[in-house]
Amino acid sequence: MANVPTLDIDGISVVYQTTQGPLLALRGLDLKIEKGQFVSVIGSSGCGKSTLLRVVSGLMPVSEGSAKLSGSAITGPRSDVGIVFQQPTLLPWKTVIENVLVPIRALGLPTANYRARAEELLELVGLGKFANHLPRELSGGMQQRAGIARGLIHDPAVLLMDEPFAALDALTRERMTMELQSIWLNTRKTVVFITHSIPEAVFLADKIVVLSGRPGTKVLEVPVDIARPRTLETLASPEFGKIANQLRQMLGASSAMH
Amino acid sequence: MTKLKAYSVSVISITCFLLIWHFGTKWSGVPSYLLPGPIEVAKSAWVLYSTGLIFPHIGITLTQMLLGYFLGCIIAFLLGALVAEFVLAERILFPYVVGFQSMPKVALAPLLLVWFGFGMTFKVVLVALICFFPMFINTMTGLRSANPDLVDLYRAFSAPRWLIFWDVKLPSAANSIFAGLQISIVLGLIGTVVGEFLAARQGLGHLIQSSSMNFDVGAMFTSVFTLSLIGVLANFAVRSVYRKVVYWEKTTLTAPVSGH
Repeated sequence: MANVPTLDIDGISVVYQTTQGPLLALRGLDLKIEKGQFVSVIGSSGCGKSTLLRVVSGLMPVSEGSAKLSGSAITGPRSDVGIVFQQPTLLPWKTVIENVLVPIRALGLPTANYRARAEELLELVGLGKFANHLPRELSGGMQQRAGIARGLIHDPAVLLMDEPFAALDALTRERMTMELQSIWLNTRKTVVFITHSIPEAVFLADKIVVLSGRPGTKVLEVPVDIARPRTLETLASPEFGKIANQLRQMLGASSAMH
Repeated sequence: MTKLKAYSVSVISITCFLLIWHFGTKWSGVPSYLLPGPIEVAKSAWVLYSTGLIFPHIGITLTQMLLGYFLGCIIAFLLGALVAEFVLAERILFPYVVGFQSMPKVALAPLLLVWFGFGMTFKVVLVALICFFPMFINTMTGLRSANPDLVDLYRAFSAPRWLIFWDVKLPSAANSIFAGLQISIVLGLIGTVVGEFLAARQGLGHLIQSSSMNFDVGAMFTSVFTLSLIGVLANFAVRSVYRKVVYWEKTTLTAPVSGH
């Protein structure tokens, strides 16, 4: 068990059937993530990041290669994956705590047994006092934090985050990045964090994977060996700047700048 | 304070309207059996209401309207859900839906009359048919408008189909379904009156027609005003239920416009 990576993606290709014919979304992608590792995936639009997430969550079959989670092949939807979307995507008709309990409900488990854990998680993401509020009474950042708590409720083997801060304003985004680090330091979850933002990717990750678009392939994998907890000063450190520059050049070379 | 102002403008407007109506009919020389003034209409309304003569008509119109409305809306909801959920159901039902949609349903009234006779069944079926389409279309499009990410979230946990329907799709469709309910109630009232014009022994539509034979224009006005009152109250009832059921929406249901 010790040497089996939590997520083991080996040479996968994914083909979409579209009205214009088949579209290759991912080509020969390798990705290995150890237990408790935080991995950022970065790339321009259309590089197949969302496809990668759909593969890992079992909603999209691979055309070639293999994807394994905790040692077993991903063949369909599975319960040991947590997802945090770009938009908070909470159910507006359910209270915050009921929203956090949605995965439990969807799995057909008794929600009463998980209420205490839901309360703990809400406390962890700073929403302890808002358990019984409706989503519309929360700000965008708070809603996204509820989304993170929902992603963690069933203690998944891996947490998939699809540009979770993309819809937030710059200030909230910076604060949420800090908070996500502290949530991660508390839980030590295995995380796949998809983003467009270079500073966000570097700040949070143990390892960064750069994808280039159409079809999506891996063009670079960089380890980030910066001590944790990282702070605002980290952003100004030379090692941070070095990695960020490397990414910027790679992204500039692999796709025309927008 | 501004609210009071807004109300007083309405009150002044209505008062002016009544005054113009009153003096207009008085001085223009139009005979009162063609256009009675507001006082004559009020007198005639008083007679119809104080003697209780109008109540059986109101009762029968309400019964027919509500039976037809609920029948039509329930069937429309079930079929709309079926079509939204199952591709096969859509393939089977959709050609008929497209065919019937643009047909004016009241045109079927004489046919229904032949099939169901002069009784209440005829009117209930006519109303149900008229209420069906707005409800059907709104249910179907509403259920399909659910956020695909939310559906994916449930599907990723292998949630059963009924749970996705109940937890995600049905509440997502609530606004649309209530818009359908609101359009249908108005159309249902129209359908009832048309049905009663064609064949009835009681009901407000029948009362309008029989008063027309007797040149009792006052009773006609009273019936028409009673019908608009029923329409307003029914609309209000749908809105109140909407606010109770769809508690998570801040907005109120906007009055839909239907071209009938």
